[in-house]
Formats: sequence, C-alpha cells, structure tokens
Amino acid sequence: MTKPNILHESPSQTAGPYVHIGCAPNFVGIQMYGGKDLASNMLDPETSGERITLTGTITDGDGKLVLDGLVEIWQADANGVYPSAADTSGTADPHFTGFGRCPTNLDTGIYQFQTIKPGQTKMRDGRAQAPHITMWIVARGINIGLQTRVYFPDESANATDPLLQSVPEDRRHTLIAHKLDDQTYQFNIVLQGDEETVFLDI
Amino acid sequence: MAENVYIERDRDWQPPALTPAYRSTTFRSPNHKPLRFDQTISEIAGPTFGHDIIGELDNDLILNFAKPGEEPIGERIMVHGRILDQNARPVPGVLVEFWQANAGGRYRHKNDAYLAPLDPNFGGCGRTVTNADGYFSFRTIRPGPYPWPNGGNDWRPAHIHFSLFGSGFAQRLISQMYFEGDPLIWLCPIVGVIPDKKGIEQLIARLDMDATIPMDLIAYKFDIILRGNNSTMFENKLEGN
Repeated sequence: MTKPNILHESPSQTAGPYVHIGCAPNFVGIQMYGGKDLASNMLDPETSGERITLTGTITDGDGKLVLDGLVEIWQADANGVYPSAADTSGTADPHFTGFGRCPTNLDTGIYQFQTIKPGQTKMRDGRAQAPHITMWIVARGINIGLQTRVYFPDESANATDPLLQSVPEDRRHTLIAHKLDDQTYQFNIVLQGDEETVFLDI
Repeated sequence: MAENVYIERDRDWQPPALTPAYRSTTFRSPNHKPLRFDQTISEIAGPTFGHDIIGELDNDLILNFAKPGEEPIGERIMVHGRILDQNARPVPGVLVEFWQANAGGRYRHKNDAYLAPLDPNFGGCGRTVTNADGYFSFRTIRPGPYPWPNGGNDWRPAHIHFSLFGSGFAQRLISQMYFEGDPLIWLCPIVGVIPDKKGIEQLIARLDMDATIPMDLIAYKFDIILRGNNSTMFENKLEGN
C-alpha cells in the first residue's frame, strides 16, 4: 500500500510490438535525430576500461525467441563510478555514458552492446558489490519493464556480493553471463519457465 | 553516499505480469515474483540526457517527418503536462520519448500490416526534456484507434506511448496515454491489465480548453507520476506538509 499523502506512481503499460518507433526509430528505417538512435553507442576512443561485447537473446515460456524486445543497460565505469549526479563516490569517466539501448534483432532476436567491464561499487552500508550491469527489458506482452542484473563469471567478488548471495542458489546462475571468448559475454534472458531469469524489484 | 532511496514500487497498483485477457502475457510473464532487494547506487543513479540532444522539431510530430510545405492528415493536437514524483515534486531535466500510430491507426513499422494507409508526412515519434518545473509539451496528430490480434474483436483506443526516465534508474517507466471520453478505453484488454479504475484514470489525458489554441489545435493535459524518494518524504514531515 502507498502511504497517505504520497501519490500513486503512474501505472505501467506494455511498450508494445512497435517500441522501436519511439525508442530506436532509425533501427526500423525512420530517419530521425540525425540518423542516430539514443544510446546506440556508449563508448568513444578514449573510454577507459576493458572493452567487452555483451550479447544474448530473450526467450519466452514457449521456447520462442522474442523478436520485438528492447534491452537497456545501465552500469558504472571502469572505476565503479556512475555517470550520474547521484553518485558522489568519485568522478566518472567523461568518455563513458553508462547507458545503452539495443532492440533485439527483428529476425535473429539477438541484442548486442559494445561496452566496458564495470568496476566494483558499494552498497549503501559500505559492503562491496561485484561488477555488474543493470538490465531492463520491455516488449509486447510485458506489462511492466523487467529488471535484472548481469554478473561476470570468474569474479571472486561474486562469492560475497550481497544481491547474488540473496538469490536462491538454484537460480543464481541465471544472473551470471557466459564467457564466449576473451572479450565476449553472453547473457540470455528467459522470461518464464524452469530456467527463468531472476528479475528484481528494487 | 546517496541516501535518497526511492519509495518501494506498489506492485498492487501496477499491473501483474500475467493477465490472460491480454494474451501476449501468457508466455511472456515470469512465474516468479521479482526478488526484493535494498536499493544501491546502481538503481539510485540514472542516465542523464541534456537539453542539447534535443533538436528543434523533436517535439513536433506535425512537422518532424513532413516533406517541406506539407503536413500529416488528422486532428491537430498538443499534449502537455508535468512529470512529478510521488511527493508531487517536479522532475526536471529528464528525457520523455513518445510514439504513436497515425490518424488512421497505422504505425510506420514493417510489422504493422493494418489496412489503413501510411501517411507520407507522419513518422510517429518525438522526444523532449522536461524544464525546471518538470513541464513538457509536444504537437502531434491525434492517433486513430486500430484492431489488433488478441483472439477476438479487440480494438486499441487512441493512445500515445510514453517512455520516461527519472533521475534514478529505479524510476524508469514506459506507459501509454489515452484520451478523455474514448469509449474504447473501457473495452481494451491492455488497459484492463491495470487493477484499479483510478489507475486507469491516471493514464487518461483531459481536454484542456485553456491551452487550446483557437483556430489551430486542441490541447490535452497529461501529468505523469514517477517514483518519489523517501528522504523527500521525511523533509516534508519536518516542514509540516
């Protein structure tokens, strides 16, 4: 229940199958915004940090690929600082946006980001958080955006990450990307079923 | 260290994941409830987009896709309002994106095969950044209703999609705006996923004759509420509000 004197948040509605028109018009051939979709590029040549590719698909409870999805990511820079006024822990890399947006391919269902591996951040109580990327997913049939986190394999900090450790052990692996090669991580999202990704209410 | 934690999202006010009358949710709704966790800087911080990314016609859907000297067909309207948080405080400097079908109810998208024609002068998207008062406005053409495959004779009421960024990523929201007086609102399975009638009414823009421009366009007023933070609530109490 929302407390008295506090307004209700506006209800969410699905982004629908044509989310591209508003969030990535150039991706569907609508020439807008100088030909560049928002957050289609997170880096410039001077961005600090280890370059990585984050890629994957979204699958529904019937095993079908989601071909009309939109994936957004939000992450700290290589030193663990967010490019946001709310992060006063340090000075963020001015060459890194921290925010990326990519539709799933209309035919293959694959999303892909070129980014950097984020640094460690801290909980408000000072405990360390393992490097992670916040991910937010919308599509037709999703009534309210689904939020999750992407963690990295072979990170010793995962063993003490407060969020990961709070996830039931049999589902924890759904939050950890697979390393495909030295710089490519795969993170497949499963919306429903036995291998359902852990989604977060934060 | 940031202390402005956002108010917990009211999951009883928001639509549940599985809403069988909206059939697309059948296989796209997680079985598990989302896992609660304390907010961290990852959710309290959020991306920022300055006013400088916004082009002159980005908030003018009447002109931003039209050929020189031409305009789209349809009812000329303006949509305006404020982005506020749950403490009724303006959310300034945040990106608002919007998209819609044309006056005939057709989207400019390769997957939309509805009978109604495309309008060569209408793209259907725009964006703006709120000012210091949380205010935004844009001009457009009133979108048409359209039928959609949901197993029956289902029609979407006229609507405009909204994508909203707050100050923190915890405030991220996508929703839809409907028009006062449209009888299709109360028949739509997508509108019907919202549990409370008052929640649906939050998404209905009101005719605004004060802002309507004579002999030009009709205005609709639409305010949007994003999650507020608890520290602001505490300040309010101290001030006796």
